[in-house]
Amino acid sequence: MVAVGAALTSVVLAACGSGSSKPVAAGRSAGGSLAGQSITLYSGQHEQTVQALVKAFEAKTGVKVNVRSGDEAELANQILTEGKASPADAFFAENPPALTTLEEKGLLAKVDASTLSAVPAADSSAGGDWLGVSARSAVFAYNTSAVQTSQLPTSVQDLAGAAWKGKLGIAPSETDFTPIVTRMIKAVGADATKTWLQGLKANGKVYDSNEDLISAINKGEVAGGVVDHYYWYRMRDEVGAGAVHSALASFAAGDPGSMVDVSGIGILSSSKHQAAAQALLAYLVSQPGQQIIATSQSYEYPLLPGVTAAKLDKPLSAAGPLVPATDLGDGKQALDLLQSVGLLS
Amino acid sequence: MSQPAAPARAALPRSVLRAMSPAALRRRASGAPLVLSLVAAAVAVVVCCPLVFVVMQAGQSGWDSVRRLLGRPLVTTLLWHTLELTVTVTAATLLIGFCAAFLTQRTDIPGRRVFTVLLAMPLAVPEFVHGYCWVSLFPSVQGFRGAVLVMTTSLYPLVFLPVAATLRRSDAATEEVARSLGHSRWRVLWRVTLPQTRPALAGGALLVSLYLLGEYGAFAMVRYTTFATAIYTQFETSFDTVSASVLALVLIVLAVLVTGAEAGAGRRRGRGVRVVREGAAARPADPLALGRGRIPALLGLAAVVGTTLGVPVYALGYWLAKGNSSTLPSASIWTATATTAGYALVTAAVATAAAVPVALLAWRHPGHASEGIVRLAYLTRALPGIAVALAVVFFAIRYAQPWYQQPPMLVAGYVVLFFPLALTAVRASLAHVPHGVEDVARSLGRRRLAVLGRVTLPLIAPGLAASFAMVALTASTELTATLLLHPTGTETLATRFWSYTTGLAYGAAAPYAAMMTVLSVPAVILLTRRTLGPARSLKEEA
Repeated sequence: MVAVGAALTSVVLAACGSGSSKPVAAGRSAGGSLAGQSITLYSGQHEQTVQALVKAFEAKTGVKVNVRSGDEAELANQILTEGKASPADAFFAENPPALTTLEEKGLLAKVDASTLSAVPAADSSAGGDWLGVSARSAVFAYNTSAVQTSQLPTSVQDLAGAAWKGKLGIAPSETDFTPIVTRMIKAVGADATKTWLQGLKANGKVYDSNEDLISAINKGEVAGGVVDHYYWYRMRDEVGAGAVHSALASFAAGDPGSMVDVSGIGILSSSKHQAAAQALLAYLVSQPGQQIIATSQSYEYPLLPGVTAAKLDKPLSAAGPLVPATDLGDGKQALDLLQSVGLLS
Repeated sequence: MSQPAAPARAALPRSVLRAMSPAALRRRASGAPLVLSLVAAAVAVVVCCPLVFVVMQAGQSGWDSVRRLLGRPLVTTLLWHTLELTVTVTAATLLIGFCAAFLTQRTDIPGRRVFTVLLAMPLAVPEFVHGYCWVSLFPSVQGFRGAVLVMTTSLYPLVFLPVAATLRRSDAATEEVARSLGHSRWRVLWRVTLPQTRPALAGGALLVSLYLLGEYGAFAMVRYTTFATAIYTQFETSFDTVSASVLALVLIVLAVLVTGAEAGAGRRRGRGVRVVREGAAARPADPLALGRGRIPALLGLAAVVGTTLGVPVYALGYWLAKGNSSTLPSASIWTATATTAGYALVTAAVATAAAVPVALLAWRHPGHASEGIVRLAYLTRALPGIAVALAVVFFAIRYAQPWYQQPPMLVAGYVVLFFPLALTAVRASLAHVPHGVEDVARSLGRRRLAVLGRVTLPLIAPGLAASFAMVALTASTELTATLLLHPTGTETLATRFWSYTTGLAYGAAAPYAAMMTVLSVPAVILLTRRTLGPARSLKEEA
């Protein structure tokens, strides 16, 4: 019994040892240098890119960043539940609604004006509560043996039509899907959007995630679906170029399905390391930070003018209009519609 | 054989006999059951935190919004999906679990021991890995049929193990008498053997249904929506804990119905079991000769093992061999393994220790209060992991701030999640302890604590080991609560697996899934041996 206890204790200690890196006490650096400070970043963004960014930032400033990687929605829920006592200093999200929700609850601090001015104003929160860092575009992914280029939809509205019956895949629970619905509401009104969603539901097979959806399209389980562009590139990395049986197409300019939205980051107003967190944000939109994004395997578009995505087939300017975050809001109206047609609970 | 008049005496181990020695007669018993009640109540309070959280959150929404929420078109579908699935999978696990247990414990089928271990082994593979394996090999495994297939293959051991243990422990004499009276084999099976195993079947069915109510990962893999997956979506798309909690209340109501049904089965079982002498007085059965039925029976068992174990092993092997580039950072699988094992062992120890007072209270003082505590504890099992995890976040950050996102908090979350497993195992083994044992020891002057340490605990040691193995096994594969509660910077095998599968990197995910499975194998073997142990030791003693 004693031996078991001792063994357990040593295991506990081992487990603890790998886990708890005590943050270095802040505020020591009253002189202005941030070196030696430590901040916690809740990140719903692509892990590998965030690691590369954080590493470069740590090397430059001496600030230690503890990254807590997870799903953006889970992390947002966690911050909401934690409230003012949250250990997070900053929250890096994939889509604006997660940040807008925190903004509406008054949990975010203002981003430094000089940082905000680095990227186009429409890329960040109108109130200056969070900063746009990179962008992704909505595209139509299709299986090349199931769909001829002549059959490609020009509008996202076409997908509710009879031609797509039983061929469409959708991932309505993905946070990337709601912005498209929000745009439809803006374009054609709530009633027409509801009819459109009912058409999608009737035509489509529902997937739990965009990863599942793009993989299903590539395998030919469904003929096509709307996803963010980078899912296709990452899928290509995973299966190898030889196993790619799918391609990307854009909707016509001006269509609600043709759009670019941003990934952003905000600083928690409860953070005790405001200066270090502000420095991280400034770094993310600096030339070196944006260069890392441009060449990373997250395949997102950098936002800083002059830095271009090296690995993508299309430049950002051709990927569709950028949707100002204010237009997307917190996505509640789109969710209500999705729920009312039974695509979401 | 043993005299029916003295079954309790025959069951007394040496420790009790020692307690009867003249030296032990000196002291009178002391201590109050109040202490036990208080400890049990304290455990119950902690374990019920998620229920309190859900009710609190749901309470924030008015009646109108509750009505609107529950009136949504998808809710009826979800309710139907959840019920249909729970009934089908529970029935399938009962059938497979009972047949497999009967064949391996009561017949002369070849390779009984090997089959017993193999049949328990699917427990080593977490449900979402089962799902991932099936889906990655057969994309057509989805929807209702996919969910039934995946959940049945991963959950039937929860029925198989307790039924096998009961069959092995219970007395064969009743069946032999029934047969000597001219009853057919089938009639004996139906009228004698089946009633004997009813408590084990009911307990297994309870665990299976509660698992089904709260499961998320496997259903996400096969794309089947239930209340649990809908609650997830609610959290994830609208950041709305209030609506999610209202939906979670529906799950709790379903869980209340399920535990109520189990308790009903328990009341009925009293009649069926009266003729069964359990424990040390029982004599193991002579194996039933299968005769010409041997080949089909063998094929049947082989088919079950092939489906439930063969598919995951093949799929993991396939992905391990095929492993491709990954767009995610590589991590140390060894660090993740050590962390996972550490948390699993500590959680198992704490959860087992916490289950003992609650189980003892229910055993010594059966009544509404103790039954209530036990059932409340079970309800948490039906909640999806994210609801439990958010509850732990909520209470921890308010009342245990320094521990927040530290290892103790993750252990606490695990204990809350897996307490029902520990409780089931400990209660099951207490059920085999004759009630008089403690009284005898105490009347001989032993203090309560001494009786507990020297008499009761040794008697239920197999149950404690089963609880330990079961909790360690489940904790080492936990995913959703871990994502919210793990210390920043720590990775477990499950969180790495999750990162890779959500990043589409099936090849990179496979080693983590394989390691989770390998890590669980010793626990399953321990579980199998402990569950089936007593009969063997009896033979040795005889």
